[in-house]
Amino acid sequence: MTEVSATTQDRAAPHMTVSQTNVAIEVVGMHKWYADFHVLRDINLKVMEGERIVIAGPSGSGKSTLIRCINRLEEHQEGQIIVNGTELTADIKRIDEVRREVGMVFQHFNLFPHLTILQNLTLAPIWVRGIPKAEAEATAMHYLERVKIPEQANKFPGQLSGGQQQRVAIARSLCMQPKIMLFDEPTSALDPEMVKEVLEVMISLAEEGMTMICVTHEMGFARQVANRVIFMDQGQIIEQNEPEAFFSNPQHERTKLFLSQILH
Amino acid sequence: MSDIGFVRADLVPAKPAPNRTTGAVAWAQKNLFATPLDTVLTLLGILFLVWVVPPLFNFFIGHAVGPYGTVEECRALDAGACWAYIYNEMEFFIYGFYDIPEQWRPNIVFALGALLLVPLLIPKVPFKRANAILFLVVYPIVSYFLLAGGVFGLTEIPTEKWGGLLVTLIISVVGITLSFPLGIILALGRQSNLPVIKTLCIAFIELIRAVPLITILFMASIMLPLFMPQGTTVDKFLRALVGVTLFTSAYMAEVVRGGLQAIPRGQYEAGASLGLGYWQRMYFIILPQALKHVIPGIVNNFISLFKDTSLVYIVGMKDLLEAVKTKNDSALEWQSANTATTGYLFAAMVFWVFCFSMSRYSMFMERRLNTGYKR
Amino acid sequence: MTTLDTGPTTAPRPSFFNDPVVRGIVYQVLVAVLLVAFIVWIVGNTATNLAAQNKSTGFDFLWKTAGFDISFSLIPWTRASIYWEAFLVGITNTLLVAFVGIIAATILGFTIGIARLSSNFIVSSLATIYVETIRNIPLLLQLFFWYFAVLKAMPAVRDSIQLPLESFINQRGIFVPKPIPDPQFGFVWIGIALAIIGVIVLRTWAKRRLEATGKRFPVFLTSLAVLIAIPTIVWFASGASVEFEPPVLERFNFKGGLQLPPEFVALLFGLTIYTASFIAETVRGGIQAVSRGQTEAAMSLGLKEGDRLRLVIVPQAMRVIVPPLTSQYLNLTKNSSLGAAIGYPELVNVFSGTALNQTGRAIECIALTMLVYLTFSLLTSAIMNWYNARVSLVER
Repeated sequence: MTEVSATTQDRAAPHMTVSQTNVAIEVVGMHKWYADFHVLRDINLKVMEGERIVIAGPSGSGKSTLIRCINRLEEHQEGQIIVNGTELTADIKRIDEVRREVGMVFQHFNLFPHLTILQNLTLAPIWVRGIPKAEAEATAMHYLERVKIPEQANKFPGQLSGGQQQRVAIARSLCMQPKIMLFDEPTSALDPEMVKEVLEVMISLAEEGMTMICVTHEMGFARQVANRVIFMDQGQIIEQNEPEAFFSNPQHERTKLFLSQILH
Repeated sequence: MSDIGFVRADLVPAKPAPNRTTGAVAWAQKNLFATPLDTVLTLLGILFLVWVVPPLFNFFIGHAVGPYGTVEECRALDAGACWAYIYNEMEFFIYGFYDIPEQWRPNIVFALGALLLVPLLIPKVPFKRANAILFLVVYPIVSYFLLAGGVFGLTEIPTEKWGGLLVTLIISVVGITLSFPLGIILALGRQSNLPVIKTLCIAFIELIRAVPLITILFMASIMLPLFMPQGTTVDKFLRALVGVTLFTSAYMAEVVRGGLQAIPRGQYEAGASLGLGYWQRMYFIILPQALKHVIPGIVNNFISLFKDTSLVYIVGMKDLLEAVKTKNDSALEWQSANTATTGYLFAAMVFWVFCFSMSRYSMFMERRLNTGYKR
Repeated sequence: MTTLDTGPTTAPRPSFFNDPVVRGIVYQVLVAVLLVAFIVWIVGNTATNLAAQNKSTGFDFLWKTAGFDISFSLIPWTRASIYWEAFLVGITNTLLVAFVGIIAATILGFTIGIARLSSNFIVSSLATIYVETIRNIPLLLQLFFWYFAVLKAMPAVRDSIQLPLESFINQRGIFVPKPIPDPQFGFVWIGIALAIIGVIVLRTWAKRRLEATGKRFPVFLTSLAVLIAIPTIVWFASGASVEFEPPVLERFNFKGGLQLPPEFVALLFGLTIYTASFIAETVRGGIQAVSRGQTEAAMSLGLKEGDRLRLVIVPQAMRVIVPPLTSQYLNLTKNSSLGAAIGYPELVNVFSGTALNQTGRAIECIALTMLVYLTFSLLTSAIMNWYNARVSLVER
């Protein structure tokens, strides 16, 4: 775990506002199987606009699968997933609609190695949103500045460090100006000294009121920016609470055990 | 906002998947009718099968003449494959002109080979080194004297009489056995930092790999006798073996080189830091790892070689393909519309069984080695 | 602080026999001497053997009249032609079958490779059966099958089997109508050229417009329309026509038309079908080498399937596919030498076969033959090195 610098911690919380009325994501009674393996069981989750949710849990608990279901990289078999008012079904139109509005950041970055950083960032805006190239590039440079690596624009992903690559991946998602961002263990594949630079970008996103769901083991990050922490095990939500309550007073035996193992 | 607090009281037990995701119907929906295009492709595929399978079945089995059939049946208008022809000429396809009363000798060679090879291929069986020495050194010598005779009261049988599957197997086994050490030396030479040796090895490897096997066989069969001192005769069999071995060793060298390059620098450095000399480093540390790593590549090379042995036909050797072709063209007593087709299909099946099982073995080893490296 | 003496010091030289440099030189000299001795020995033997057989050496025979027939040739060939021309005939025939084979094998191989990855069970199974059957059977055997068991088993000329479009197949090969364009047809060629230019212009324009305004243009469909429409319009407008001269059965053989000899057809079939199975595996491997994460990243950005393939998967897969694909092309070219076994007059057959037997200049003929293949190979690897340098992914 990496502690985030005191300065960022100071200017956190106050700006973050959560909508009381607008629902961003709603998951109702959702089940998923991999062949005969019951991987997600009775998931119920309502995420309001501007909410920042951290999902924690042991490996194999289904947390990655859950957020991959939200932009239908995985399909669910029972229950409903409604994103921005669009229910996800096998309908390709709806899937495209949801994916346009939901950004995703992967554990292994998944940058396109054959394209430059700038091309990585402008690919989807040009081909999906139909934005003119010049405009897309301007937006891309804006976000590259946000993640503090504008000077890398014309390099290839292979030339960047892991932390830089992950920041590019975040910028790539932001270029589509998504309403919701999903983070799938964004710092797990990074060297310790690079974790911080990625977390700082994520924190500043949170400050701007982005709706975020993060699967992460960074409990410092959870404490600082999340307004809800969800603990999953065996494919189900075991416990959820505000970070303070979650960390100081876990209720379920499994949660206690998990926290005792990761917080020293 | 304490209303968001939630603790699950009872865990949800795992339920069986809904019918939609398992069972035959779900399988068909996912694998055959997922999209309209898939449905069309499936229907086209089924039409293709309906069009192709019945005639093939009739040819191979339905209307085919069994092993005990007669040539008259094979000549019938709607007859399929003439297996009786294969059954009757089987001896020739396996041994060529090898004297019939002496055919127990190749049989022993076949049996010995299988007996030594099988434990060598199964990773769990111990005594690999002893086994390998038996198979690679002792077995060829024993086999040679057994097959050629002329010693221990065995009748001498000249190589001209050898033929059929026997020759195919001999050439491929000898070719791979000899090309293996040669390939290792070439690969080490190519990695060497002595410029003369490196250049020679690169030139040899690249030259051989650039030209077709058939030109090397021509060279071996026509030019090798010219290269030898006057009066020496080089057995035709030996010429083909030289050609095949040189050819394969270049490809083997490239496979071994791949293995050498996969060994991390640290291994070389660790060996050097222990005070081992070049050959000691190679023999004890580098080669055992590198070779284990390239077993699949070696097996694939063996598959190519096994298929390529059929080319010795072009320089007048009598392998399985030659045996089949000879009988197809000359066995007048078996002449029918489907004789030649049946003959080639038989040869194809023999080659296929050997090559396919080798490629499966190579895949099996690949999977084994991969997991070995990950954990 | 006292300064250490940092003046140049030389390590003591190791004793002569333990100096790695000396050892290296000794080894190399040893190898070189052995090699030279070996070559001298071989050359000596060869000279003695040739002298004993009363054979001369040298390349002068290349300018002598060959005096044999070649059944199939793209360049004019008569019995009066010289050996040099025979050499060229061999090369062109090799290149012809390799060229056509490469195109056919690429189309077939890509189709089957993609089919192997299909989610459709029947399609992928059929493709797997094809690959596993074909690549485990020797090419020579397949050539024999096509030539002796299929094409040579065709009926005699009198009983030729009629195919659609006035084509015939018999023991002597496939006979198809020969297109004879009239002079006006030149305009159609111009039309085709115009259409190709039009498509290029269209593509550039569409790309510019996309970049400027973000509007997509259905480039593929319009390109197809242009490619078909312009030549067709020109064809009718110019009144150009193509005569087809059908093959006509005369007393002993067909007259007119275009004859594809069975040797060529069998070799082409064999090479195409055999190489396609390897190309299919290359293509499958290349596509599979692009990690699943790339598809997922493209999906999560909202790219549609066509765009995902075109912009993300194919460019990456091609980097993996092209090098082994090229070596398959080279293999096909080398394997075309097996045409010698079924009598297709390619380089090995003409030069290391007939010419060698006629002149007895074994060393010269085989050396020239090998030189040609070596040239093909060097050219290909030069092109490959250039390609690899151009497309290789930049790494830290």
